[in-house]
Amino acid sequence: MRNAFADEITKLAQEREDIVLLSGDIGNRLFDKFKEVAPGRFFNCGVAEANMVGVAAGMAASGLRPVCYTIASFLTYRVIEQIRLDLGYHHQRVILVGTGAGLSYASLGSTHHSVEDMGMLRLIPGLAVLAPGDEMELRPALRAALDYPGPVYIRIGKKGEPVVHEHEPRVAIGKATRLREGKDAWILALGNTLPLAMDAAEKLAGTGVHCGVASMGSLKPLDTELLAELFASSKVVATVEEHSVLGGLGTAVSEWVAVNRVSAKADLVTFGTPDEFLHATTHQPSAREWAGLTSHNIAKQLASALA
Amino acid sequence: MTPPVENLDRIAAELRGEVIGLSHRAKTPHLGSSLSCLDLLAVLYWEFLRIDPEKPGAPDRDRFILSKGHAAPALYAALGRRGFFSPQLLADYAKDGAALAEQPAPDCAPGVEWATGSLGHGLSVGIGMALAARIQKRSYRTVVLLSDGECNEGSVWEAAMFGAAQKLGSLTVLVDYNKWQATGRSEEVMALAPLRDKWEAFGWESYEVDGHDLAEIRAALACAELPDRTKPLAIVAHTVKGRGVSFMEDDNNWHYRIPNAEELAAARKELGLE
Repeated sequence: MRNAFADEITKLAQEREDIVLLSGDIGNRLFDKFKEVAPGRFFNCGVAEANMVGVAAGMAASGLRPVCYTIASFLTYRVIEQIRLDLGYHHQRVILVGTGAGLSYASLGSTHHSVEDMGMLRLIPGLAVLAPGDEMELRPALRAALDYPGPVYIRIGKKGEPVVHEHEPRVAIGKATRLREGKDAWILALGNTLPLAMDAAEKLAGTGVHCGVASMGSLKPLDTELLAELFASSKVVATVEEHSVLGGLGTAVSEWVAVNRVSAKADLVTFGTPDEFLHATTHQPSAREWAGLTSHNIAKQLASALA
Repeated sequence: MTPPVENLDRIAAELRGEVIGLSHRAKTPHLGSSLSCLDLLAVLYWEFLRIDPEKPGAPDRDRFILSKGHAAPALYAALGRRGFFSPQLLADYAKDGAALAEQPAPDCAPGVEWATGSLGHGLSVGIGMALAARIQKRSYRTVVLLSDGECNEGSVWEAAMFGAAQKLGSLTVLVDYNKWQATGRSEEVMALAPLRDKWEAFGWESYEVDGHDLAEIRAALACAELPDRTKPLAIVAHTVKGRGVSFMEDDNNWHYRIPNAEELAAARKELGLE
């Protein structure tokens, strides 16, 4: 996904002179083309993420459209106050792009896991929180973020994730993208779990269950219209995310269900990382197994919820 | 810089009277911190900053960020006196629904560039503004006023290193070095000294001045106007918390104390305002 980001932001910077790219000392060579086409508009801000976001806020206040890029865990946790005040409170149009979503960097340990970032950022008024499902979805999401009248956080994977969409989908902030229709069950996938959701739906189809899949590329604002439809029309709705079961998509949907319990008929099943640190040495697939984030487990749990 | 304003010391005394009155009427704290930076604000707003109260949003205006947001009354008094807004705004200071709060909110009034109050944000934002000037080929300068306590924040030093790396000659930092932070001596809470050497070591052109000597402040700020600057400028201004009122000077109780009617009258008398 990160190569698609570098490619898309480079294209956009050719079209728009107000785009500025700030990096927290990562992406070696990734932005060579950007530097070539937008000289003077790339800043390596060093290993100083809080300063980077403050600098971006000052640039945005002066009419530029800064995009800050670094590893999601470093871009969010230590920078939460700059994000809250300099971006949220001031309503500055800065785009934060966090790479290595969720357990992408599982092998590097909890320092590099971003499984609380979405929950933290969802609390900040006026900040849109996006997680495109694959690189096809990332490109229009980035363009939509540039048009958004406030700050935006986009959480992306690393490189080499499976591409799910056959064509570039239409993406609007606050809208989910439907990939597969279903009558019995629906899986709402956040970001890089979209391929898992598609696999699980395929497995269920093999057993005669009609399971739909939507990419919840916009965690905030949430596509409540879709929720209203799915919770009224199907038996089970599942949320899947490489994020803690606290604070992210599962929580956001639970909150909606609790408030709309009269119309929300379907059962809700949530999949995410448990409320604990992962201490074992893992890689992304084994870390996903630890969290129950496998298409096999998702299909199994959904089948039993439907039984 | 414009030529020295003849009666600037008198203006500064009147601003002090205004600030003490605001604290008394609105029952708001941080008086000592407002009084320590007032002479710096006087030189900035009357002689250094290229600003026009009639055009507070002009793209080429100089940018000033009061990063020590708790000294907001001093900023409000200066902006009000310079004609950025009507006296009514100052009269309504800190009342429910007023434009001017204890610490500035975003876009709260013409001339207020940034909402501050949490320390350690202003310098990064100022660097962003200064870099924007470079990218957009604008000629404005950016000035950020920090407190010494604020220099406890690591983000200040991240910004200091980055500003130097970017060779931001259009950027000036003033440190209101009043030797106190909220609950102790700023030399003791953190090893702040030698403060000018720290800025120098971080790659800034740096000076120490008496922050209440208008001529010294002018002379240091004049360095910001030299052509082809490749280093940002740091002016460490030695100041006295509560400056201008004998019973407030260097007494850290005035970080939180509110002057009563007698103290207000005594202060105004000392300032030569009665």
